[in-house]
Amino acid sequence: MAETMARLHPLAAVKTVADPHLVAQGPMGRFSLRLSPTAAPPPLGALGLSLPLAPCRAAQSETAAALWLGPGEWLLLTAPERAPAVEAALRAELAGQAFSLVEISHRQTGFSLSGPRAAQRLNAGCPLDLDLASFPVGMCTRTVFAKAEIVLWRTGAEQFHIEVWRSFVPYLWELLVIVGAETS
Amino acid sequence: MLLITCPFCGPRPELEFGYAGEAHVVRAQDPRDVSDSQWTEYLYQRSNVRGVHAERWRHAHGCAQFFNALRDTTTDHFVATYRIGESRPDAAVEAGR
Repeated sequence: MAETMARLHPLAAVKTVADPHLVAQGPMGRFSLRLSPTAAPPPLGALGLSLPLAPCRAAQSETAAALWLGPGEWLLLTAPERAPAVEAALRAELAGQAFSLVEISHRQTGFSLSGPRAAQRLNAGCPLDLDLASFPVGMCTRTVFAKAEIVLWRTGAEQFHIEVWRSFVPYLWELLVIVGAETS
Repeated sequence: MLLITCPFCGPRPELEFGYAGEAHVVRAQDPRDVSDSQWTEYLYQRSNVRGVHAERWRHAHGCAQFFNALRDTTTDHFVATYRIGESRPDAAVEAGR
């Protein structure tokens, strides 16, 4: 009898403890979009938003988000079931200009970190200034957390979204849990 | 921690950056046109400045872009950072550090 392959969450093999402020998110559709840094990108109807052009800023619609990672580089997030349709629509919308659109849904995993001590918890491994004045809501950037590279996006005053590559997931999770126990 | 001002992202911790050697080292358009000694100089000779040094850096764990910086090699103070393609800031900037 044929067996069905099932995709495991990167935390499946890790003994996790319940943490009300740290939530590992399920599957998500992700794309890396590269355009010429000097070209004016069109509004992307497939995502329902315009790409953010200001450095380190994210744009969000009801169904998708676009995070500025570098000049001409964005991380696009959408619901997993919409990913194939979004990819086809984006390719149609960007036709005629030089672009690179790569699906990276399974390369990384998302975490949400919240609570009054969220910034303090992140600062245990991330040297950025996470004060609301210098890292406001809607700011996103690639940075480091201890030895792992992460994408950090502030979605609320006390709410962060973290993207990390698959193989770093247990490392990041365990560090954040330890730091959470020490700061609570 | 030492902060380095990325021309795209603003002041960021040193951990996010990588050093990429001396800036403004010009490669010959056609290496066949230059003599062996000129080519050797391009490949191997660096100014090794004591004082303000123009060098390339990369915001590797950030926007991933290369940029140029003026850094005082005796104090590790970053005098200025500027984008690739821009010319080296003039002496007034260096004097006003």
